[in-house]
Amino acid sequence: MATTLYEKLWQRHVVDDTPGETPLLYVDRHLIHEVTSPQAFANLRFHGRALRRPDKTIAVMDHNISTRQADIAAAGAAAENQLRTLEKNCEEFGIKLFGIGHKNQGIVHVMGPELGITQPGQIIVCGDSHTATHGAFGALAFGIGTSEVEHVFATQTLRQTKAKTMRIEVRGEVGVGISAKDIILAIIGKTGSAGATGYVVEYCGDAITALSMEERMTICNMSIEFGAKAGLIAPDKTTFDYLQHKEYAPKLSDWDAAVADWKTLKSDEGAEFDAELVLEGSEIKAQVTWGTTPGQVTSVDATVPAPEQFSDPVEKDSCAKALNYMGLTSGTKITDIDINKVFIGSCTNSRIEDLRAAAKVVAYFSKQGKNVASNVDAIVVPGSYRVRKQAEQEGLAKIFSDAGFEWRLPGCSMCLGMNDDKLAEGDRCASTSNRNFEGRQGRGSRTHLVSPEMAAAAAIEGRFVDLSSENINEAH
Amino acid sequence: MDKFESHTGLVVPLDVANVDTDQIIPKQFLQKTERVGFGQHAFHDWRYLDGEGTQPNPDFVLNAPQYQGASILLARENFGCGSSREHAPWALQEYGFKVIIAPSFADIFYANCINIGTVPVQLSHEEINELFALAKDTETSLTVDLLNNKVSFQEKCYTFSLDKFHQYCLENGVDCVGWTLKKLDVIEGYEAKLANWQ
Repeated sequence: MATTLYEKLWQRHVVDDTPGETPLLYVDRHLIHEVTSPQAFANLRFHGRALRRPDKTIAVMDHNISTRQADIAAAGAAAENQLRTLEKNCEEFGIKLFGIGHKNQGIVHVMGPELGITQPGQIIVCGDSHTATHGAFGALAFGIGTSEVEHVFATQTLRQTKAKTMRIEVRGEVGVGISAKDIILAIIGKTGSAGATGYVVEYCGDAITALSMEERMTICNMSIEFGAKAGLIAPDKTTFDYLQHKEYAPKLSDWDAAVADWKTLKSDEGAEFDAELVLEGSEIKAQVTWGTTPGQVTSVDATVPAPEQFSDPVEKDSCAKALNYMGLTSGTKITDIDINKVFIGSCTNSRIEDLRAAAKVVAYFSKQGKNVASNVDAIVVPGSYRVRKQAEQEGLAKIFSDAGFEWRLPGCSMCLGMNDDKLAEGDRCASTSNRNFEGRQGRGSRTHLVSPEMAAAAAIEGRFVDLSSENINEAH
Repeated sequence: MDKFESHTGLVVPLDVANVDTDQIIPKQFLQKTERVGFGQHAFHDWRYLDGEGTQPNPDFVLNAPQYQGASILLARENFGCGSSREHAPWALQEYGFKVIIAPSFADIFYANCINIGTVPVQLSHEEINELFALAKDTETSLTVDLLNNKVSFQEKCYTFSLDKFHQYCLENGVDCVGWTLKKLDVIEGYEAKLANWQ
């Protein structure tokens, strides 16, 4: 029978399927960080249980840390306590930890892939909803709560009910300057913020397979933003080329065996999905969110919608509430919305390609003598030390700094504002992160989700810019 | 985890769709290393007019005098979306909610509730609308009977379903980790078949 990629991944991980119990699945990699792990460690200790597979568990500091100083004490006493607790727990239970200043440190969903810890065919979990990112490699990857973190610690397994399957095809090619972020925001705009709740989504089509691994990670990263359990992209040559020679990837004959296995990880011709959605790549324009859920999004050349445009009473009500919070008036052109903060970073858009794309836009404007607008504060937070170093070697850091962006140290930073990278009440931010929820980046602050290119342009013009009329690709 | 069989309590109607876990417990309260101390910060940004949490917002439904002591939260679709933070169901539990009723829940939040013994009850949109109409007008006490999968109010009665194993765990307060540890031999058998690069 023709089966889906999800079904194949599911089948190869079933440890126990006793009738009357939720199936038990094996977990290949468990990524942890300081915020959602301490209570799980505490419970292990309370019950006197061992951590079963420290060799399959990797820890990193990312959510709480300062991006100004590589210092564990720099983000306040409570953050320091949580970070030191992680240190102690990792030492006690024998877990490898990439702490502040370590060359492998970075945002958990940037670090795992760039070291080759993330591999096709795995089940990867982490106490973080953006674990869906790793699905870009054809791994079944999803976020879990702290009780589940504890379950994985003790057993290296998880109980899971089977999800439904959704196939999202993006046909053809996207236009010049249209990024992976625009593709995924356009998808979420179509499905709404809960359109894939209960589903595992597989992304396919020419516009998806044409993407680099970094771009695929941006797509899968935001699967959770329309409710999906996980996002998947079948592994192919792009995936294998990215992984080969990575520090944690299989080596020599193991590599050949692994690739032979990974090549079988795709949905069979004729496999049936519970739901399907098709988008034409050529119709996708640059996207900007206007509301307080990622599904409240439109094209940069459009206007802020009115509640009356929605027939569904819940959507209508949500629109009115969002416009009120966002301080926006229906009918305002998106390109007339002024911003005063810019954040380029997060597990969605802080990889080297994201920084290259943003730097290209900055360089284009710099050539015209334009820098970050005088009323705008803009920060660039690379996803990891490796990304940071590479960006410095490629001259990207200098392009940003010369134009007036602050060049920071890696971490989750202003995506969720657990450290001191926060917006003030009333600030309006063009952000490359993944959530525009009320207060996400600071109480009373307003977030517009955009691509790295759009964030860079917004920093310079102080408003959103329709880049389709600019010849950015000729700037270099 | 405490056993859950049946609960009767006051219901508070939170008439907002897509309530995310950032709203349920904002990030500034996630720096604790313990499981307790979150209830006082539940819905902080909506519940208080100031960042310090000293001025209750009179317009927020949880602050209304008639809903004090509520133990059942009635919500709209996609409740608990966003971040995987279990701190959100911890906060709701510590606030006093034993049951959350909504037309739909986000997946991770739903699993987190099950794992801590809070019962997520999914009802149809029509049933939810009826309950909102009831709870908005009058102080309403509902009975949530897990053993019979029923939500009842006077002559009204709705049925709901739960995954059988979830139901078993909630009813019996099962230690899920302990349950799985009894299958260690099966797990070891699975691991023995993995290739050395896996």
